[in-house]
Amino acid sequence: MIEKITPEILVEALKSGDRNEFARLVDAYSGPIYRMALKMLGDQQDAEDVLQNTFLNAFKHIRSFEERSSLATWLYRIAANEALMMIRKQRHETTLTDTSLEDDEGEDYSPLQFVDWCCLPEEELLSSEARSHLDQAIQHLTEKLRIVFILRDLEGLSIEETSQVLNLSQTAVKTRLLRARLNLREQLSCYYGERLRDRSKAK
Amino acid sequence: MTKSMECKFLLEALSDYVDGTLSEELCEKIQRHITECQNCHIVVDTLRKTVYLYHATASEPANVPPNVRDRLFRSLNLEDYVE
Repeated sequence: MIEKITPEILVEALKSGDRNEFARLVDAYSGPIYRMALKMLGDQQDAEDVLQNTFLNAFKHIRSFEERSSLATWLYRIAANEALMMIRKQRHETTLTDTSLEDDEGEDYSPLQFVDWCCLPEEELLSSEARSHLDQAIQHLTEKLRIVFILRDLEGLSIEETSQVLNLSQTAVKTRLLRARLNLREQLSCYYGERLRDRSKAK
Repeated sequence: MTKSMECKFLLEALSDYVDGTLSEELCEKIQRHITECQNCHIVVDTLRKTVYLYHATASEPANVPPNVRDRLFRSLNLEDYVE
């Protein structure tokens, strides 16, 4: 999907070590990769490390890129692995018992919040405070759900592209996407529900 | 189908419904259900709005801050492309 908005990068030129083409590749994809890493990790320094490692690895392994997926999908895959590795490493440094990714299987995702906050005006739904809350809510998702949500709903990859990036079945991607969205809806309902109450008190 | 079963079905089909990838027949089934079930109606509307809000924040261009770009190009030995 992202391919459509970026200038065409010549894979053959990358493989032959054309520095100019590498520079074009970095400029075309560093924005989305940095944003993905920032949303995934919630820290600018960590996101910058992931950004640098992604392109270092891409340069190192470009010759083995077989073009079975698009260049964008391939780069997102490297970046997603880098981000998940960083999370694992950080977790290993803080706890000695669990180095695996958080498990979200078996959790109940039934809705609990039934406040209709859709009537709030757009400027309130997207105020700078609300935007910062939208970002924080993503950080409360487990990594498995967060990466799927970021790729699909923020970066605009299709279900198929997301499944290629994460090496997951499309069914697994859909299940995780639904859980992520439902979880975010619960969090946003608490936040915007408060805003609704504030408004009715103010009247 | 009992009402609670219908609510459960709606929940499972919710992403496809808001993405517009659900079959017409199943869409109609959901539309019928939400006219009778206020809670599901709210869940559908607020989930759709949740997705919309995140799409809105992500539709802005993704830019790398200039100092981050400089360090990136230097780390890749592409310093001659630093502007």
